[in-house]
Amino acid sequence: MSPLNAYLLLSASLFSIGLTGALTRRNAILVLIGIELMLNAANLNFIAFWRYGPHPEALTGIMFAIFSISVAAAEAAVGLGIILAVHRHLKTTDLDQMNSMKG
Amino acid sequence: MTVVFLILAALTIAGAAAAMSLRSAIHCILALTLGLVGLAALFLQLGAQFVGFTQILVYVGAVAILAVFAIMMTHRASAPAEPILSASWLTGAIVAVAVFAVLAWAIHSTPALTPASLPQPEASVNQIGAALMHRFVLPLEIIGLLLTVALIGAVIVAMPEKQDTL
Amino acid sequence: MTPGTIDQIFVISKHWLLGYVPAMLQPVVSAILSVAPVLVVFPLLFAITTVLERKGLGRIQNRYGPNRVGPFGFSQPIADGIKSLTKEDIVPRSADQVVHFLAPLLLVLAAFLAYAVLPIGRNMVIVNLNAGVLFFFAVGSMVELAVFMAGWSSRSKYSLLGAMRAVAQMISYEIPLVLASIVIIMASGSLSTVAIVNLQSGYTSIWPHWFLFTPWGFAGFILFMIAATAESNRSPFDLPEGESEIIAGYYIEYSGFKFALFFLGEYLGMFATSGLAITLFLGGWSAPFSFLTWIPSYLWFFAKLLVIICAFIWVRGTFPRLRMDQLMGLAWKFMLPMALLNIFTAGVWHFMPAGIARWLLCSALLLAPCLLLSRGLKQGRKLQVRTYRFAE
Repeated sequence: MSPLNAYLLLSASLFSIGLTGALTRRNAILVLIGIELMLNAANLNFIAFWRYGPHPEALTGIMFAIFSISVAAAEAAVGLGIILAVHRHLKTTDLDQMNSMKG
Repeated sequence: MTVVFLILAALTIAGAAAAMSLRSAIHCILALTLGLVGLAALFLQLGAQFVGFTQILVYVGAVAILAVFAIMMTHRASAPAEPILSASWLTGAIVAVAVFAVLAWAIHSTPALTPASLPQPEASVNQIGAALMHRFVLPLEIIGLLLTVALIGAVIVAMPEKQDTL
Repeated sequence: MTPGTIDQIFVISKHWLLGYVPAMLQPVVSAILSVAPVLVVFPLLFAITTVLERKGLGRIQNRYGPNRVGPFGFSQPIADGIKSLTKEDIVPRSADQVVHFLAPLLLVLAAFLAYAVLPIGRNMVIVNLNAGVLFFFAVGSMVELAVFMAGWSSRSKYSLLGAMRAVAQMISYEIPLVLASIVIIMASGSLSTVAIVNLQSGYTSIWPHWFLFTPWGFAGFILFMIAATAESNRSPFDLPEGESEIIAGYYIEYSGFKFALFFLGEYLGMFATSGLAITLFLGGWSAPFSFLTWIPSYLWFFAKLLVIICAFIWVRGTFPRLRMDQLMGLAWKFMLPMALLNIFTAGVWHFMPAGIARWLLCSALLLAPCLLLSRGLKQGRKLQVRTYRFAE
């Protein structure tokens, strides 16, 4: 198995672990954490392809990873703000209890 | 596949798995921090120094702290025995396993596109800065705008509503 | 023994020792030989600083400091060390055992990691990273997580409150800290600490090229030092750990050696941030005048470090403690605009031709907003004549 394959496999497993967490946990914040893990797995993919792919001098993988980190941080901030606002209204962060659009 | 890669990969997967399966939310965040530090070490091993240090600065120094603050503010001391998995957890688990199976099959069955051993490319901060100012200047400006909007939006969304008192 | 040899004595002895090691073990032994002096010298400096601080504060407050143990009390750290090692380690039963144990370890680990990029002498840096300053700030941001872990795992109201306040303070002051160092990165064109110090080690006649001797460098240095004081939770920003306010804040429930580890981590963080300030603004290991370069470079680094430590102790004994809202107001409403203005001024300095004009313009660009902002933020609160109410 070439090193690139090893990194891609690691990235795929991190992605599916994050997906498991995002789909099965009850707490809204932990779902957000699962999403962050998925974004990180994609970053690992970008950097691995930058290292082992053609044209690494174009720095495309690194640039994408840097922008992805910034966007993920912004999205985490806004997402946690929304969770706090919903908690203030419904007094819970349990996703199974947020099943009506009314109120 | 060197020993260093195996150790770091094991650390990262252990941190991620613990992050998704522990009962206490704060323990999950701390395990996620371990996983993210492992990822940063993998970035350093791949030769992307700037991205690795930015990952620690942004994720461990900001996102993890934001998440623990959010957990602390939405914490309910009562009800410690409620289930941690949602009602539809089996469907979610099956979907995730299916995704992993498809990805692993795709990775395994693709023939190698590039030679297995390539020289370490150089990504000094000077080059990253030059690229940001020449080829990637438009995404840079858009990121600045996006971060400003996200900052203002997060403050407005999380602000307590004005109570109209009689 | 020429001055050059004394200056490079540690580098030469390390290479000499490495000659006796088989080639396969050389990277490992080289790393150990580079790291071990840091692990020995800085805790020793911590011990000296504790007694210096207590005696210094005592003299400022018109009393003797500790003067029983050893000559004039200077063996006090030995007594403190024995006490903290032999005290009983009490962990509350409801505390989160694993996190409670790991918090001081993470703090000390993050504090020690920061020394990896500080050039202590000529050719004496543990690792010359291409993104050295970024590494320093990345490692410094792990301290906040350790502080939060300490406060939360103790499951006590006071420690949680102290931890939240400490983390809020640290993340607020991290922004002026980073912005003040961005000016230096702009001026030197590199994130590598070795390159920044090498740029400052030249002399024009006898005057050094330190970045401190420029308007934006001076303002940046002041902003950096204020932010560094707040980042290490030192007075006057020590509300999260003030003994009279919140009974030691986030490390209430720690006793014995873990308490000593917290102190060690806090002081090491202070030394590391001072070391970075010396590297960025004060020219690192370079001598202040060109006729003093015969003194070894590492002695200059530690001399500057001692001067900054004495300044920290002096400030601690002089200023009253800031309240939480005053502290946050200072960070967001005063230091952040001043740091951004500093970056703009550095840009103006770069594009103007050398001469008295750019000195005057840049100084005016910095002084005028500073005065206006501080006047505006005081909101015209007049100090009232003190009136007394006596019990009838």
